[in-house]
Amino acid sequence: MAEISPREALVDPLFNNNPIALQVLGICSALAVTTKMDTALVMCLAVTAVTALSNFSISLLRNQIPASIRIIVQLVVIASLVIVTDQILQAFVYDIAKELSVFVGLIITNCIVMGRAEAFAMQNPPKLSFIDGVANGLGYSIVLLAVAFCRELLGSGSLFGVTILNPVNQGGWYVPNGLMLLAPAAFFLIGCFIWAVRSWKPEQIEEELHVGALLELGNQGHLR
Amino acid sequence: MLEHYLSLATKAIFVENMALAFFLGMCSFIAISKKVENAIGLGIAVTFVLGITCPLNQALNELLLDKGAVFEGVDLGFLRFLTFIGTIAAAVQIVEMVLDRYSPDLYNALGVFLPLIAVNCAILGASLFMEKRGYSLGEATVFGVGSGLGWFLAVVALAAVREKLRYSNVPGPLRGLGITFITVGLMSVGFMAFAGIQL
Repeated sequence: MAEISPREALVDPLFNNNPIALQVLGICSALAVTTKMDTALVMCLAVTAVTALSNFSISLLRNQIPASIRIIVQLVVIASLVIVTDQILQAFVYDIAKELSVFVGLIITNCIVMGRAEAFAMQNPPKLSFIDGVANGLGYSIVLLAVAFCRELLGSGSLFGVTILNPVNQGGWYVPNGLMLLAPAAFFLIGCFIWAVRSWKPEQIEEELHVGALLELGNQGHLR
Repeated sequence: MLEHYLSLATKAIFVENMALAFFLGMCSFIAISKKVENAIGLGIAVTFVLGITCPLNQALNELLLDKGAVFEGVDLGFLRFLTFIGTIAAAVQIVEMVLDRYSPDLYNALGVFLPLIAVNCAILGASLFMEKRGYSLGEATVFGVGSGLGWFLAVVALAAVREKLRYSNVPGPLRGLGITFITVGLMSVGFMAFAGIQL
């Protein structure tokens, strides 16, 4: 693998190689938490922390892990980190942890964490892997926060629970767009976000990209 | 009793569809939905594994992890994630070996998809929902199979739409991932028609 400078490792995943918009990773567990800014923010912090720490620890262990059982080892490392995150969230921000319910646990199967551990941390030294984890977490956070911003502002007229657009049912003028709070809106917004990023950076337009990549992973006999 | 199970199954398949209402299993949902054939293969594999792991995790949860199940006054709940994901990875491995031995045809058809399933969030998601809602063993089985069928339905439907979509002239930047998301959004609106159905 070519030399990567820490700066590249940090900046690249934000827009050039955004985990959600380009690599199609980690959309799974996250979209359901974007109806409100504060849950989205907590989720972003949790995912960034887990990605960074799992990248770091897997990179430390990378020469000791036998190739045949690496997926299990990675899963165990990630699951332990998620357990710690979950306990911390329940201890300090109980209300939000309650709202996130199963989605904290689902960070384990968030493909960003697994994908970065497999694709980056297994080949690179700990410091660089840590930076890569933080950067991918941030790339994910940008999309998540952008979606949450639109959904909370248009759906309930507030941000972080503070009223910005005064809704009709409280005597204001803004008629909240109920669709924004429902599942489909998240899909539409992500679609539009991808559209915007790709209009800005046309080289990201794909023909047959991500399916090939994922199937190849499968062909290599991921779990064997 | 039967009505209760039927209503639970309808709820899991249509009303609370794993893919379209909870965004679970999105990665493989988007990635493997270019061809109906592949989508069917993956859908069957997911249903299969969900049907096995959900009741298995329920039993483990009740016998080992619940408060006071093993030692009086000890709550092993914090081990839940680790146990669930371990069960799932092991179940996927076992299913793979059993299929390889007894049904090579099915194994060849599903081969590529089975390993991917261990990291499919729909599987872990179903187990976590099952635990949160406190289902019994029977309910967990119905819920697991139902969620799997719902996911199967959604992924095959999306694949069929995307096969047709290949003939349309989508604006460049929207091509591929972008338009797929918008399609999924529209399907999700469609599935909302089922909201509130009770048997």
